[in-house]
Order: sequence, then structure tokens, then C-alpha cells
Amino acid sequence: MAEGAMNGSTGAPVETDAVIVGAGPVGLFAVFELGLLDIKAHVVDILDKPGGQCAELYPEKPIYDIPGLPIVTGQELTDRLMTQIKPFGATFHLGHRVDALERLGEGRFRLVTDAGTQFLTKVVVIAAGGGSFTPKRPPLAGIEAYEGKSVFYSVRRIEDFRGKDVLIVGGGDSALDWVLNLQPVANRLTLLHRRDEFRGAPHSVEKMRSLVADKKMDLRIGQVTALHGDNGALSAATIRAKDGEVRIDCSRLLPFFGLTMKLGPVANWGLNLDENLIPVDTEKFQTSEAGIFAVGDINTYPGKLKLILSGFHEVALMAQAAYHIVYPGKKLLFQYTTSSSSLQKKLGVS
Amino acid sequence: MAKITFIQPDGTEQVVDAENGMTVMEAAKKNLVEGIEAECGGACACATCHVFVDEAWREKTGGPSEMEEDMLDFAFDVRPSSRLSCQIKVTDALDGLIVRVPEKQF
Repeated sequence: MAEGAMNGSTGAPVETDAVIVGAGPVGLFAVFELGLLDIKAHVVDILDKPGGQCAELYPEKPIYDIPGLPIVTGQELTDRLMTQIKPFGATFHLGHRVDALERLGEGRFRLVTDAGTQFLTKVVVIAAGGGSFTPKRPPLAGIEAYEGKSVFYSVRRIEDFRGKDVLIVGGGDSALDWVLNLQPVANRLTLLHRRDEFRGAPHSVEKMRSLVADKKMDLRIGQVTALHGDNGALSAATIRAKDGEVRIDCSRLLPFFGLTMKLGPVANWGLNLDENLIPVDTEKFQTSEAGIFAVGDINTYPGKLKLILSGFHEVALMAQAAYHIVYPGKKLLFQYTTSSSSLQKKLGVS
Repeated sequence: MAKITFIQPDGTEQVVDAENGMTVMEAAKKNLVEGIEAECGGACACATCHVFVDEAWREKTGGPSEMEEDMLDFAFDVRPSSRLSCQIKVTDALDGLIVRVPEKQF
């Protein structure tokens, strides 16, 4: 994790030059390019770690098309970028989603996260890739009506589960962790998984199995096929098991089916969109609005290729344009890191 | 080379040509087969290219690997014939393969 990483605060607004939305490889390299031009950045990402898709979807898969790195895994690339941007001391807000963007006039923006953190910034860099990672919603008829009332994709308050009949679906660490955390407070807890094998940490699996052996919770092998209840209040779920369909009484359901990417709140920020992508120009990679840039997989322009490589190029040009917003009237001298002593000073190498 | 038939939940069939070495998911994406999302691009990391292999073909495609089986935990309506199409490599032996696309990937 980066220096100065912090999570959550609802205090005074954070004043900064730039807010980067998304900590994927392109968002991370934006810290570098902006940093070389003395533009301080805060980075917000919904995941609890930097790296975006590289870290979430393919941390161990090799990438072959990063110039100069014939083979690098998603995690290695992330780690290397984190090292590369370290001198610029960007502040990371991980596990947070930027929900609202507000125009304050005079070229300033207010961004608000789901944790209530506020940023006042001159430049917004949207590097949100395929959108924000959100929990997958099982395609069960009518599930929307229960969401936030009886069906939850994460646990915000354990108290919401006290004394309830809780059904947890899944076989990974999220499912098992919540089984172990909620079992003591639930009236009755049932874990449902499609097979009698679990991907979660072995000690969690062991603990779960001993709770089952002690009859302190139930384990069912099967899949949910229907939900029953009224007005968002869940009363039961039908599950398909090997021996046929069974109905299980439950007033809370926690499905853990991994994450998917959705454009999310960016769609409501009043920017021109083209099928969930943000059109930009190819000189500044600016959106339909001055001061708001879009880089990486989330943007579109004639000839766009969704490559990390392209995103790196885009942030370099974006930074040049951002400079004139952050330092109006100042002349920008183009320099190379190889030969410029002032850039090397910023990088901490001279 | 193999011809692969994708059957949609409504019964619509689409036959595509697939070259050896590519995956069934790639053949689907290349031919714009609906319902194969492949969000992660074939890294066996998202379970959105889930298909049901026709009974007659299950022996030839074989079953899922351990990693794929883990990832199938993230799919919906998993059956004994479930596979992630990004993990099925096309060979001549799969000429005529029939797979069904689920109602929803998620």
C-alpha cells in the first residue's frame, strides 16, 4: 500500500489539484505524469487495493504488451507502478466510490465519496476502466425489491442480522468470513454452496465445518432458484439441491458471487457518453467539459484501443493540459526525466 | 477447424467457424454470439462466459479444471454440463460441438 494511504473521513473537504477516479494501471501512471508537473493528486478506488482489473481479475496472469517488460503479471505491474509513483506521495482512498460530481464555478469541482469524503479540486481525471466493481446480483426474479432490506451484498451493520434467519450463499472467503462473523448473532444461519468444496481459507472452512458438526449452523449443498416474501421483507428461499427443491425460511440473504463491472455513478455526472464510454479529444483527453479528463479503458475516440499502453500515452498528454488548468498563465517547459535535473529532483534521484 | 453451434435460451441457433487453438469464448465473441460476455477477456477470472455443453459432447470437451471449477462458483445455475467457454480450446475433435448459452450470465 502507498505511503499516506488512508481510508475514510467525513471531516473538512480535501483541497487538491487533481482527483483521479480509479487506481488501475492508468490511474496510477496519471499520478506519475501529473506529479512530474507538480500537480498533487488524490486517488479514489472502490477496490480495497490498487491495480484495478490487473489486481482484481488477473493478478497472476502474464501481460505481454507492456513496452520494455516482455512478461509481467497484473500484480507485478501494479507493484512496479506503485514504486514508480511513490515519490509523488499521492493519497489513496481505497474501498471508496466517488458518487457525486458537482460544479462549483470558477473551474472547481466538488467530488463526494460514498464514505462522505469531499474533495475540492481543479482537475478530475476519470480513469475508471470498465467502471466500478460491484457485487454480482443473482438473476433471481424480483430480487431488486429485497435489496437493502433483506438482501445485502456486504455487511455494513452486524446489528441488521441479529436474531435473523440468515442465508449466506457462496464458497469463498467473503461467504465464509461472514458465516463466522454472523453465526453468533443470527437466530439461525445457513450456508448454501453449489458443491461441498470451498475456495476459502482452510482454517475458515474448518471452523465452519465444526460449527455444522456442533449443530450451531446448517450447511446446504445446492443453488437458490427463487425468493419469497412481501414488500422487500424476505421470508424464504427455494433452493435446488441434489434431492430436489427445498424451501428454507430466511429473513436475510447474503449472496457472494464475486464482482462485475458497472459504469456506476459516472453515468450521472452530466458528461456526454457514448454507450457507457466517455468521448474525449485526442489532444488533451478531455471530456465534454473543461477540467474533466477521461483516460484508459473508459474513454473513446476514433481509433481507440483498450490497451494499458494507450492509457499511459493518454495520461502524459492529459497532464500537459491539466498543468494549464492548475497553473494558469504559467509556461510549461517540456523536459526529459533522463536529463532534467528538476524532474530528477521530483523523482528523488538526484 | 471446428463448427460450433451456440443455442440461445429461446432456441435460436448460431453456427460459427472456429480455428484450432482459439477458445470457444473467442469464437463466440468474434461472431457476436449473444450472452457470452467474457468480462475478463479470457483469464478465467469472471465466470461470464458460462455455457452448458451438450450431453453428447461432454466427453470430448472434458470437465472443468480445478481453477475453472472454483470460478464456476461465481456463475449462476451451474449444472454438471457447465463450463467456462474461455477454457475450452478448439480442436478438430470438437467439430460439430453444441453448447447452450444460459438465460443470464449475471
